[in-house]
Amino acid sequence: MSFVSIEKITKVFPGGVRALDELDLEIQDGEFFALLGPSGCGKTTLLRTLGGLESSTSGKISFEGKDVTFLTPGARNIAMVFQDYALYPHMNVLENISYPLKVRKFSKEEIDKRVKQASEALSIEMLLDRKPGQISGGQQQRVAVARAMACTPSLYLFDEPLSNLDARLRLEARTFLKQLQRELGVTTILVTHDQSEALALADRMAVMDKGRIKQVGSPAEFFHKPANIFVASFIGSTPMNLLDGVVNDGKVVIGSMSFDIPAHAQNTARTGDKVVFGVRPEYVSLTSSPGSGIASGVVKVTENLGTHYLVTADCNGILVRGTAPDGSEPHMGDTVHLKPESVRTLLYNKTSEDLY
Amino acid sequence: MKSKTVKGSRAARPGNSVLGKGAATAFLSPSLLFIGVFLLVPAFWTLFLGLTDYKLVGIEALNPSFIGLDNFAKALQDPQFLSSLKLTIVYVLGSAIFGQALLGFILAWVLNELSPRVRSAVELIVIFSWIVPGSVVAFLWFAFYNKEEGTLNAILGVNIDWLLDYPMLSIIIFNIWRGTAFSMLLFSAAIASIPKSHIEVARVAGASKMQQLRNIVLPSARSYILTNLLLITLWTFNDFGPYLLTGGGPGGQTQILPIFIYDSALRYLDFGYGSAIAAIMLLLNLILSLIVLRMSKKGKK
Amino acid sequence: MRLLGKEVFTSDKRRIDERSSVEKISTFVFVLLAVSFFAIPLMWLVLAPFDSDPTFRIKWPNWGLGNFSEMAENPYAYRSLLNSAIFSAGSGLVVILVGAPASYVLSRIKFAGRDAFLYILLLFSSIVTGSAAMVPLFLLSLKLNLIDTYQGVVLVLTGGLIPAAIFILKDFTDSIPKSYEESAQIFGASSFRILKDVVTPIIRPGLAVIFVWSFVQAWGNFLAPFILIRDVNKQPAAVMMYSFYNDGGQAVFRTVAAFSLIYTIPVLAMYFYVNKKYGFRFYGGIKG
Repeated sequence: MSFVSIEKITKVFPGGVRALDELDLEIQDGEFFALLGPSGCGKTTLLRTLGGLESSTSGKISFEGKDVTFLTPGARNIAMVFQDYALYPHMNVLENISYPLKVRKFSKEEIDKRVKQASEALSIEMLLDRKPGQISGGQQQRVAVARAMACTPSLYLFDEPLSNLDARLRLEARTFLKQLQRELGVTTILVTHDQSEALALADRMAVMDKGRIKQVGSPAEFFHKPANIFVASFIGSTPMNLLDGVVNDGKVVIGSMSFDIPAHAQNTARTGDKVVFGVRPEYVSLTSSPGSGIASGVVKVTENLGTHYLVTADCNGILVRGTAPDGSEPHMGDTVHLKPESVRTLLYNKTSEDLY
Repeated sequence: MKSKTVKGSRAARPGNSVLGKGAATAFLSPSLLFIGVFLLVPAFWTLFLGLTDYKLVGIEALNPSFIGLDNFAKALQDPQFLSSLKLTIVYVLGSAIFGQALLGFILAWVLNELSPRVRSAVELIVIFSWIVPGSVVAFLWFAFYNKEEGTLNAILGVNIDWLLDYPMLSIIIFNIWRGTAFSMLLFSAAIASIPKSHIEVARVAGASKMQQLRNIVLPSARSYILTNLLLITLWTFNDFGPYLLTGGGPGGQTQILPIFIYDSALRYLDFGYGSAIAAIMLLLNLILSLIVLRMSKKGKK
Repeated sequence: MRLLGKEVFTSDKRRIDERSSVEKISTFVFVLLAVSFFAIPLMWLVLAPFDSDPTFRIKWPNWGLGNFSEMAENPYAYRSLLNSAIFSAGSGLVVILVGAPASYVLSRIKFAGRDAFLYILLLFSSIVTGSAAMVPLFLLSLKLNLIDTYQGVVLVLTGGLIPAAIFILKDFTDSIPKSYEESAQIFGASSFRILKDVVTPIIRPGLAVIFVWSFVQAWGNFLAPFILIRDVNKQPAAVMMYSFYNDGGQAVFRTVAAFSLIYTIPVLAMYFYVNKKYGFRFYGGIKG
C-alpha cells in the first residue's frame, strides 16, 4: 500500500502563481523518496503542503489511507528538517531535542530515554549542553536530525538538509543519512536541487517542473531512460547530447549524419517525424574510422573529468560530446570519430517532447 | 517506540502562520488605536481647528464658530507669521543644510582616513553632544554664551551678549552642535558602503583626493545625501529646541514656527489661529515626507 | 634618457610627499577644531558638578562632592528624576506591549492592505510631529482629563514613538527565519507556546533595544510634559532643568551642576550598554 498518496493537489499563491498544478504522486511505505527540480519548480511548496505549512487550494493528501488534507501540521505525526535547521538559538542541544517531546507531553523518563537514544545514534552526546551557535554546521545538522528522530514520526520531511554544508561534509552526511534511514525504516521525503544527492540517496525520485511531475522512477531509470526532453537535459553530470533530426527510411538523419533508430522506438517512429536524438556522452566513445552511425568532426574542447576526458567535437556545425579514457584523449583540432553505443541511444518526439 | 500524535483541530485547510485571523486582529488593534488617536485624529483635528475661531478664553471659547479660511488669510497677512516663516527657513538652511550636513560630511570623510582609535574617539565626542538630554544641552549653551562669565567670550576675548545680539546665529550654532552626529553617522555608512576597489581604481589612475571625492564618493553617496538632507530638513523644521535657549526672543528674533504655534495657541490660547499655522506646517511636512518616501522607494528599486 | 627618467620619478615622489604633509596638517587642524567645538561646551558637564563653586565659566574645579548633597536636599530635583523614570519606563513598556504584537503580525502575515498600512504609518508618523500637533494633543488630554497625569504624558509619548518602534521591530522580525515557528508547528506546539517558547526569546534583543530607545527618547523629551504637566510635583527632569535656569533670578548653580550630570548619566549608560551588548548604535532621529 502506498504510504503517502497525493491526489490532484493544486496550490495557487495569492497573486496567481500556480506552484502546484493538479499533481498526483504515490510514495511507498519505508521509501526514501527525493523531489528534484530547478528552483521555483514547486518541490518545496509540495513538501510544505505535505507538512501542513502551506494550505493547498484543492486536492487531497492522505497518509496511510487517512485523509490529512485538513489537519494542522502538529496533528500529522511528521517531523521536518529545515534547510537552516531551525535550531532554537536560546536553547541548548538537549533542550532543542527535548522541546518537541515536552510539547507532546511525554513523561520525564520517556524524554530522557529518547534524547539519549537519538543523541547516541547521531554521536552528539558530548554536545548536549552547548548552544546551537557554539557548534559547527555539520553538528547542527545532526542535532536537527536527532530532534526529528526523537519524535518517532511516521514520515520525515527533509528540506534541502545538506545544502548548508561544505562539499566534503555534504558527502559524509549523505552516506550517513542513507544509513540512518535504512535503519529506522521510516518513509522519508527529501527535497533537493542537487541531482547527485537525489540519485545517491533515493530509492525512487520525481523530477518536477512548473508545478507538475515530469517523471517518477528509480535513479537508474532517470539516468538511462529519461521520460522526456526536460528530464533528459536536467539529469546527468555532463549534459546529454540532444540532437535535432528527422526519421527517414529506418534511420535518424541529423544533418549529414545518420544513426540507427533506437530499439525502443523502432515500432513507433515513422518516416517524416521530427525527433530529438539523445545519448549521454558517457556512452559515446572514440573509434578509429568513419562510417554509418558515427559522427566525425573536429575537436573543439577537451575537459579533464578525472578518470576520463569529455570531448566536444564540431561535426559539420553540430556539436557532439563523447568521452575518451585518460591517456588516450585527443587534442584540440584533431579529427575524431564518435560512436554512440546503440543500446544506450534514446529518441524523443520533437513535438510532444516525450520518449517514444 | 510508540508514536504519539497531538490531537489537532480540523482547521479549514491549515494555513501557514502561527496566528489565526482573530489573534492577528487582536495583536494589531491596540497599535491601530494608538495610531488613530495620536496620529490621525491630531492631524485632522488640526485642520478642522484651523477653520474655526476656537479660543480658550473670551466669547469664542463658549461658542466657537466656523470661519472658513479666515485664519489662513490672516496668517498670510500677519507680519509676525511671515517673519516667523522667514526665520524658520534661515534656521533650517543655516543649521541643517550648511551646518549639520556639511560638517557631518567633512567629518565622515576626514575620519574615514584616520586610525580606528582616533576615529572612534572623535565620533564618541560628537555622538555625546547628540545623546545628552536636550534641556541639559540648552543649559550648557546658555552657560557657554553667557556675557559676563561665558566661556565663549573668554576664548574669543570679546564681550558680546550672544543670545541678545546674535540670537539667530546662536541657535544655529547650538543646533549644529546638537545634530551633526546623525549626518556624520549616515555619511560614514555611505562612505563605508562604497566598494574599496572603486576608490583603488581611481587611485591607481592617479586621481587626487578631491577628484576621488568628486568622481567616486559623491556620486555613490548621492541617494544617502539627498535622504539625509530631506530628513534633517524635516526634523529641524519641526525643532522646538531653540525655545529652551531663547524662548523665541529677544523680540521674536528666534520665533521659528514651532515656537510661534506654541505662543499663539498655548500661551495666548488662540487655538484657531495656532492650528491654522500648524496646518500649514503639516502641509509642508507632507510635501517633504512624500519626497523622502518616493526617493527611498526609488532607492530600493 | 635613463637619468631623465629617474629625475622625473624622484620629483614626482617628492610632490606626493609634499601634498600628503599639507594634507596631514590641514586634517590635523580640522580635527582639532572640530573636537574643540564639540568637546568644550561638554566640559562644563564634566567639571562643574565636582566644583564646590560652579559658575557659567568652564574652569578647573575646586574639587568636592558637595553639589550632590545639596541637590539631594532639593525635593524638586529628586522628585523630577523619579517622574522622568516613571514617564520613561512607562513609555518603554507601553511601546513594547503595543508595538511588539503589531510588528509581529506585520512581519509574518501578508494581509490585504498591509503595504498601504505601512505606507500611511510611515507618512503620518513623519508629518504629525510634536510641534505640528501640540494643539490637538493638548486639547485631547484636556478632554480626556489627562492633563497633569502620568498616563497622559506616557500615552502621548507612546503615540509618537510607536510608529518607529513598529518599523524597527518589523525589520528585526523579518530578519528571523520563519522556520523557527514552522518547526514548532510541525512538533504540534500551540500558538501560545510558539509565541512564548520560541518567538519571544528570539526577538528579545529587539525588544530590549526598543525599550531602551523608547526610554531614552522619553527621558529627554521636553515638549510633551511641558504642555501637559502644570503640577510642579509631577514635572520630569527635562522640564525641571529648564525651570532651574529659566525662572528669572540667578541659576542655582550647585544644584544645576549636580542635577544635569545625574540626569544625563542614565542616557549615557544605556547608550554604552546597547552599543556593547548588541553592537549597534541608537536609531536616532525622532525628535520632540
